[in-house]
Amino acid sequence: MDLRLIGSSSPHIKDKVTTSRVMLDVIIALLPAALMGVILFGWRALVNIAISIAACVLGEYIWNRAVKKPQTIHDCSAIVTGLLLAMTVSPRTPFWMLIIGGLFAIIIVKQLFGGIGMNFLNPALAARAMMMASWPAQMTAWQAPNWMSAMSTEGLTVAVDSVSSATPLALQSLIISNGGVTSAQLPSYKDLFLGNVMGSIGETCALALLIGGIYLIIRKIISWEIPVLFAVSSMVLSLALGLDPLFNLLSGGLMIGAIFMATDYTTSPMTFKARCIYAIGCGLLTVVIRYFGGYPEGVSYAILLMNLVVPLLDKAFIPKSFGTLIEKKGEAAK
Amino acid sequence: MINHFKGGIHPPESKLTAGLPTIDMPVPKQVVIPMSQHIGAPCEPVVKKGDHVKVGTLIGDSSARVTCPIYSSVSGTVKAIQPILTAAGTEMTSIVIETDGEQTLEEGFGPVEAETKEEKLEAIKRSGLVGLGGAGFPTWFKLTPPPNEPFDILLINGAECEPYITSDYREMKENPRMIMEGIMRVLDITGIEKALIGIEDNKRDAIEDLIALDPAYDRIKVISLKTRYPQGAEKQLIYALTGRKVPPGKLPSSVGCLVLSISTVSFIESYFRTGIPLVKRRITVSGGAVANPGNIRVCIGTSLQDVFDFCGGFKEEPRKIIMGGPMMGVAQFSMQNSILKQTNALLALTEDEINTQKESPCIRCGRCVNACPMNLLPLQMNALIVKGRFEAAEKYHVRDCIECGCCSYVCPASRHLVQSFRYGKAELALIAKAKQAAAKGGA
Repeated sequence: MDLRLIGSSSPHIKDKVTTSRVMLDVIIALLPAALMGVILFGWRALVNIAISIAACVLGEYIWNRAVKKPQTIHDCSAIVTGLLLAMTVSPRTPFWMLIIGGLFAIIIVKQLFGGIGMNFLNPALAARAMMMASWPAQMTAWQAPNWMSAMSTEGLTVAVDSVSSATPLALQSLIISNGGVTSAQLPSYKDLFLGNVMGSIGETCALALLIGGIYLIIRKIISWEIPVLFAVSSMVLSLALGLDPLFNLLSGGLMIGAIFMATDYTTSPMTFKARCIYAIGCGLLTVVIRYFGGYPEGVSYAILLMNLVVPLLDKAFIPKSFGTLIEKKGEAAK
Repeated sequence: MINHFKGGIHPPESKLTAGLPTIDMPVPKQVVIPMSQHIGAPCEPVVKKGDHVKVGTLIGDSSARVTCPIYSSVSGTVKAIQPILTAAGTEMTSIVIETDGEQTLEEGFGPVEAETKEEKLEAIKRSGLVGLGGAGFPTWFKLTPPPNEPFDILLINGAECEPYITSDYREMKENPRMIMEGIMRVLDITGIEKALIGIEDNKRDAIEDLIALDPAYDRIKVISLKTRYPQGAEKQLIYALTGRKVPPGKLPSSVGCLVLSISTVSFIESYFRTGIPLVKRRITVSGGAVANPGNIRVCIGTSLQDVFDFCGGFKEEPRKIIMGGPMMGVAQFSMQNSILKQTNALLALTEDEINTQKESPCIRCGRCVNACPMNLLPLQMNALIVKGRFEAAEKYHVRDCIECGCCSYVCPASRHLVQSFRYGKAELALIAKAKQAAAKGGA
C-alpha cells in the first residue's frame, strides 16, 4: 500500500467541539428568549431579528471578500452578533437602523480590529450604544407586549404618552427623580419574570433567558461566575441604594447582559479571579448608571466599560505554574 | 489522601487491546538499532561492519557521564553502520544487523551478582535500561539522586493514561509478582522505606490483582487514581499520590520522590534474575487501521513495517502512524523507522480517528486554560509565540509546559498550541545560549 502519512505535531486527536459548534450552542441558548420576543411583540420582532442577522452575516461576507481574507461566516459568530443586536433593541426599531447597526457591529467593531477573537468591545453592544447615541428617539420608542392587560397599560399611560411608553426601568427612573412620588406603578415580579413588560425584543422574559443561561452552563460554554456575580453584585448595590433588588435583577437588560453579553469570550477575562472582578464591576456599574445616571438603563454601558478593563485584568492575573507556591515557601524558609 | 490535579481531559480510552495476552513476534530479517535511545550522550558503535553479534552483545557504548549502553537484540551479522534519519528529524548513527534467525544468546549471562549499592547501580547501568514509559531517561541515573535531595518515597507509575496503550496493563496482568519483586529490589537498592503504585481506576482488575498480592509486600501500597489524562505525567502523578508539588524546572527528587514505570521495575527484577540486558520489549500495536491489534513483544530495532506486517497489515488506510500514544506520541513519516527502547505503542490511526480540522482564529473561549494541568494560559502563550515574541511568552511560563496536549485537544479552533510551545521553548533555548555566549565574549 502506498501510504500518504501526515507528520504533524502531537496531540493527534481532538474532541468534537469546534468554533461553529460553540456559536451554535449560544444560538440555541438564545432561542427561548427570541421566541418569547416574537410571541410578545409579534411578527415585527421576527423580521427585525432576520434583518439584523442578515446584515451581520452579509457584512462579514462582503468584508472578507473585499479584503481578500478567508471566508469566516461559517463559524456562525456573525449570526450570534446579529441575533443579539436585534434582541437588545426595541421591536419598533426601523429596518434601516438595524442594517446600519449590524454593519457597524461587524465591520467597525469586529473586523477592523482583526475579526473574531480580536475585538475589544462586544460588537452587538457597541452597535447598540452607537445607535442609542445617534437616534435616541427611535431607540426608545417601545411597544406594549401582546399579553399586557388593559389595566396595567392604563397604569402606564398615566406617566407617559402612548407613543413612547415606558419600560419598567424608565418608571423606576421617574420614581427616583420624583423622590418616590408618582402615580406610576411598577410592574409585578410575575410580569417581569414572564416578560409581560415593555422593552427590547429579547430582554423582557427573565425565564427564557434563565433557561438559555442554564443550558450554556451545562454545556460548559460559559462558566457560572460571570452571570452569577454580575447579578449578585447588582442586587447588593440596589439594596444599599434603597432600590428593589429583585426588580432591578429582572428588569431591563440585566439578565441578557449577564448571561449573553458579559460572557462573550473575546471581551471577558481568561482567569477565574479576573472574571470575578470583571463581573462585579459590571454589576456595580449597571446600578450606578441606573441610579445616578441620566439613562434609566445601564447594562450595556457597564459591560462596554468593563470590556475596556479586560486587557488590564488579563495582565494583572497571570497564574503561577503548578508547583510554584511550594518553591516560594521553600525560599522563604531558607 | 488522593489528590486531583487541576485541569486535564478525558478522551475516549480506546483500549482495544486490553484483553489480548502478549505474543512474541518472530525475529525479523533485519534490525536497525540507533545509537541514541535515551536522554544523554549518544553511544559510539563498538562493533564493525561484518562482525558477528549475538543476542545481548554490546554494540554501542559511551564514556560520557549520562548515557546508556545498547545491546544487539538479535544474532546475526552487522551489515552496515550508517547515519539514518530518525523520527525526531535528526540523523543518528545506526547499526544495521542482518539476522540469522538462531537468536543465539551471548555467553556469560546469569543472575546478577552485586553486593554493594554501587555495584547494583552499575549493574542497572550495564542492563541498558531506560524508562520504558516514554521519555527514555537512563534508569541508573534516575536512581542516583543529588546528594542534597534524598528520596523518601518510591512511586510506581501504572496510570497508563494515554488512550489505546495497554502495555503496562498487560505487564500488571501477566507478571504482577515480578513487578512487586522489582519494587522490593529498588527499595532495597535505594534504601527507600515505602512504595506507592498509582493505577487509573479504569484498570480495576489489575488493581485487584496487585492488591491480592499485597500482604506479602507490606511496604508497597496500591492506589487507585481517577481516570483522567495526564494522570501519568510525572508532576501530576506525584501530586495525586503524595500531595507534593514539584516546583517548575525541578526534578521529582526535589520533593523526595523517585518515579518509575510498571514495566521498568519489572524489567529490573528480570534482569537481576537472568542478567539479560534490555533487547526486547512489549508494545501495543493498535488503532483503527490495524488489521489485528495486539500486545506484542518485539526485538528492539525492528522496523515499523515488519511490526505492522506481523499484525496483519492494514484493514483501512492509515493517515497517521504514531510511535507512542495519540496525545504525546511522535507521528512517523517512514515505515523503516525502528522500535526503540522507550517505544510503548505503535498506532496506525485512520482519517476518522485523527484531528484533521484546520487551524482558525482563537476565540478566547478559555477551554485551554481550564484543561491545562500546569495552570498556564495556552491561548496567551500561543498568541505571543506566533508573533515571535518569545521572551514575552516566557513571562507566561511557557517553559513549564509539559506538552501533554490537553490544550490542543480541547481547542475549538484547533490551534496548534503544543506545536507553538515546542517552537517557543526551542527559540528561548537559543536565545539563552546566545546570551551566554555574549556574556562570555564580553568577559
